[in-house]
Amino acid sequence: MADGSVSEASLHMGETGPIETDVVIIGAGPVGLFAVFELGLNDMKSHLIDILDRPGGQCAELYPEKPIYDIPALPSVTGQGLTDRLMEQIKPFHPVFHFSQMAESLRKTEDGRWHIETDAGTALIAKVVVIAAGGGSFMPKKPPIAGIEAYEAKSVFYAVRRMETFRDRSILIAGGGDSALDWTLNLQPMASELQLIHRRDDFRAAPDSVAKMRELVAAGKVKLHIGQIVSLEGEGGQLAGVRVKPDNGDDYVVQCDCMLPFFGLTMKLGPVANFGLNLTENLIPVDTAKFETSEQGIFAIGDINSYPGKLKLILSGFHEAALMAQEAFRIVHPTARYRFQYTTSSSSLQEKLGVSA
Amino acid sequence: MRLIVKQLDGTETEVTGRLNWTVMELIRDAGLPMRAECGGSCACATCHVYIDQDWMEKVGGRNDEESYTLDGAFNVQDNSRLSCQITFKPELDGLSMTLTKDATG
Repeated sequence: MADGSVSEASLHMGETGPIETDVVIIGAGPVGLFAVFELGLNDMKSHLIDILDRPGGQCAELYPEKPIYDIPALPSVTGQGLTDRLMEQIKPFHPVFHFSQMAESLRKTEDGRWHIETDAGTALIAKVVVIAAGGGSFMPKKPPIAGIEAYEAKSVFYAVRRMETFRDRSILIAGGGDSALDWTLNLQPMASELQLIHRRDDFRAAPDSVAKMRELVAAGKVKLHIGQIVSLEGEGGQLAGVRVKPDNGDDYVVQCDCMLPFFGLTMKLGPVANFGLNLTENLIPVDTAKFETSEQGIFAIGDINSYPGKLKLILSGFHEAALMAQEAFRIVHPTARYRFQYTTSSSSLQEKLGVSA
Repeated sequence: MRLIVKQLDGTETEVTGRLNWTVMELIRDAGLPMRAECGGSCACATCHVYIDQDWMEKVGGRNDEESYTLDGAFNVQDNSRLSCQITFKPELDGLSMTLTKDATG
């Protein structure tokens, strides 16, 4: 589940201060993952930040089971399959992941490095930052109901951070997918009342969860409404009920004191927009030799960048990662000489990969 | 061949129809607002449109996967479709629809 998990690294932070590393990669999609490989071959250690609770980005969130046919030398691979293979490929470089967190701020330190902080309070300092954020951060879809903002974080929640928040509350959960059903099952025992609303009487969630929900409904422990929410009722951010429009029949009000809408995720550029980088139509312009942004030491690769001839393909992102790593090396190891080598023939690269004879 | 694409603010745009393109691609190609976040893989519901009622028969119904994906859309109506799941054919010349807020953002 995407909510409530804390990365190991953030637990270990405490008084020790920011984590220092060579490179921070924002986004653990396929391109961010492959960047770990290219950076690793060139002796740079990476930390990755991702708002999802697992690697893969869009491949994991949008099409884990759908085949991709245009990855060179992989005639067909699913989004999850590609992610798994990349994870295996970068294993020798021991990347550190900070999942379920969003990179929130970026500033230059006095010694010319970059200080990054996440919304979970993880702080990192790196010589190079690579933005591989794809279409932006995956965030919960917010129902376009008039005035809903006034209730957010008070009685309308898009995630469960702490289950205790919902003890003895009269909860309405909206949606028909796994998040909606999982939380219906998990929160029902502690809620004073739990109601579920979905547009139609057919659920895409795991069949086992659907069966359990149906049992609770049959036992009178969960009330199921079929319809769509048209408006909210309440005062001062405190929800009193929602008006529901069933497919046929008249509107009615479902009383509840909090609501959890689960309509899936959508991509928003998010705080990257405030990093002080040049942006063109929510994309980050880069040069095509280094894939560097308007700030030295900050690179943008994959779907989030733009340049003449750009194609939003995973394979383009892989190429961009390789060229980025070449320039990143000059920043991270300023006194060393960049050495171009092939993994097939270089014993030093093979040693880094753990495949040397 | 053409499509008529209306927006919720009332603006109406004529979009060139190209055979075997999806309606989502045609709208995006014309430079109209079209989020289509997943790029046409029926995974996100951000290409949600309302088909004009008198075109519903020619356009046809949703497939199962599309119905599931529409669970992530808002204000779904009986004429709701994901435009990435409609392939443009000669018989759809003149097809008229309205972009939803899911699609325009």
